Amino acid sequence: MDLIKIRDVKKTYKTGTTAIYDLDLNIKKGEFVFIIGSTGCGKSTLIKMLYREEKPSSGKILVGGLDVGKIKNRKVYKLRRKIGVVFQNYQLLPNETAYENVAFALEVLGLPKDEIHAKVMKVLDLVGLKNKAKQYPRHLSGGEQQRVAIARAIVNGPKILICDEPTGNLDPKTSMEIMEVLEAINELGTTIIMVTHDINIVKKMKKRVVLLDSGRVVRDYKEGEYK
Amino acid sequence: MKAFRILSRNIRDSFKSVFRNFSLSLASISCITITLIVVAVAIILSINVTNFTKIVERDVTIVAFLDVDITEEEKDDVYDQIIALDNIEMSNVEFIDKMEISKDMMASSDVFNSIMGEWTREESPIQDTYQIKVTDINLINKTAEEIKDIENVEIVKYGEGMVEQLVSVFDAVRKGTYVVVIALILVTAFLIANTIKITIMSRKREIEIMRLVGASNINIKIPFIFEGLILGMLGSVIPIVITLYGYTAIYDHFGGQLFTNFIQLVEPTPFIYYTSLALLLIGMIVGMIGSSRAVKKYLKI
Ligand SMILES: Nc1ncnc2c1ncn2[C@@H]1O[C@H](COP(=O)(O)OP(=O)(O)OP(=O)(O)O)[C@@H](O)[C@H]1O
Ligand SMILES: [Mg+2]
Repeated sequence: MDLIKIRDVKKTYKTGTTAIYDLDLNIKKGEFVFIIGSTGCGKSTLIKMLYREEKPSSGKILVGGLDVGKIKNRKVYKLRRKIGVVFQNYQLLPNETAYENVAFALEVLGLPKDEIHAKVMKVLDLVGLKNKAKQYPRHLSGGEQQRVAIARAIVNGPKILICDEPTGNLDPKTSMEIMEVLEAINELGTTIIMVTHDINIVKKMKKRVVLLDSGRVVRDYKEGEYK
Repeated sequence: MKAFRILSRNIRDSFKSVFRNFSLSLASISCITITLIVVAVAIILSINVTNFTKIVERDVTIVAFLDVDITEEEKDDVYDQIIALDNIEMSNVEFIDKMEISKDMMASSDVFNSIMGEWTREESPIQDTYQIKVTDINLINKTAEEIKDIENVEIVKYGEGMVEQLVSVFDAVRKGTYVVVIALILVTAFLIANTIKITIMSRKREIEIMRLVGASNINIKIPFIFEGLILGMLGSVIPIVITLYGYTAIYDHFGGQLFTNFIQLVEPTPFIYYTSLALLLIGMIVGMIGSSRAVKKYLKI
């Protein structure tokens, strides 16, 4: 029942830097996993390989049965439709409203307008932004922008949500609000993998925690073990 | 239905983008416009030159004057030898009887009429001729020499020198314009690729997000290709106007011919419409190639 299986994966960049060494990791469907570790230890590299932004140099990564390293460039979009991604800097389109930013993810899939409307309003409600749908990103706070980004990532119902330091630019209170949103999404059945430097969040959430160091998993804490 | 929704969204985005990045679009459009103007001139030039060459080829005739005292048998002999030459088709050789020539001349003037009216076939100093058209005008000189060497052919005339020169000048002009047109099209495609690359750089995030949320590569590419198409069409407007009005004006100004009535210009209709269509197509194709090249870079991992 492992949704994600990582076997013996090594990643060496073209520059010669090896970011990941002999990494093995399994993640079950419905899990909430934090990935922590000091700067440059390979956290972002690891998750980029999951959504095929980078390819492993050797080893094997299976996401929902798909061999990610073997997907052709042309076919990457099929994987991307199963995975939502959220970044530290939100990555919103500045000239589109909150609603349009979220709808964008469905428009590129060619859904009919009324279906798009229903889905977008539903996720905006889920992230608590229903009343800000017509606002442009520059008129939203950081936390609100991140909620829009989360809404966009989950609007087409992906199995996995990957977050790379989603609270990195937010104050502790706003960060906890975002975590509540993520927890709610997780409770609806989406597997969440979140990279973070915020130890307080990790301690409060009491989820599984994978600690990386120099490209290797050095500890894998079960739920509630990390203190 | 799904594909149609994606397509209509793409077209909408392309138009939006052309106007949102108007200064950059203007750069691409001007670039296409300038090229297409030169291409238009080149097309007009080369089609006219082709036309001149055709006229020259059609009108240039080798006239072989036969000996005055030639017999019927010898005439047939000369004929057989002429049609046996490489550069000559049987249907392009015509015998003109000397009596026919005198008749024409007599009809044209009273003086001729009074002098020539007396002449019998044997007395007439006028020569029978064969009028010959060659297949390949470039070899006319050689063919004329060959005809001259035939027995009982006295002189051969075809406006030598002038014809060859004209034909070779026309040929050079035509080849030159082909080279110019092809080079220009390539350069423009390259320039447009670069201009659009700048436009795309400002939309890098949009492309990244499209990829992230699962848009297929084709889906990402199509709006940019449309954008190129629109730029190409807008870029061809001025060249087409110049072709439509400019060529007609030139044609009317010169009364349809250049310097002598020997060099006839191609009639404006339907020529200007075909040329305009060609310009539109070249603009569209160049725009599309340029933009699809530019976006390619962002679709790789
Ligand atoms: N595109 C790249 N090309 C070359 N080297 C890279 C690239 N991306 C990352 N690296 C290198 O790989 C190593 C791991 O980088 P990575 O971004 O995965 O670290 P990280 O754990 O996410 O760090 P941070 O906590 O600062 O985000 C670093 O040494 C980095 O310099
Ligand atoms: Mg990182």
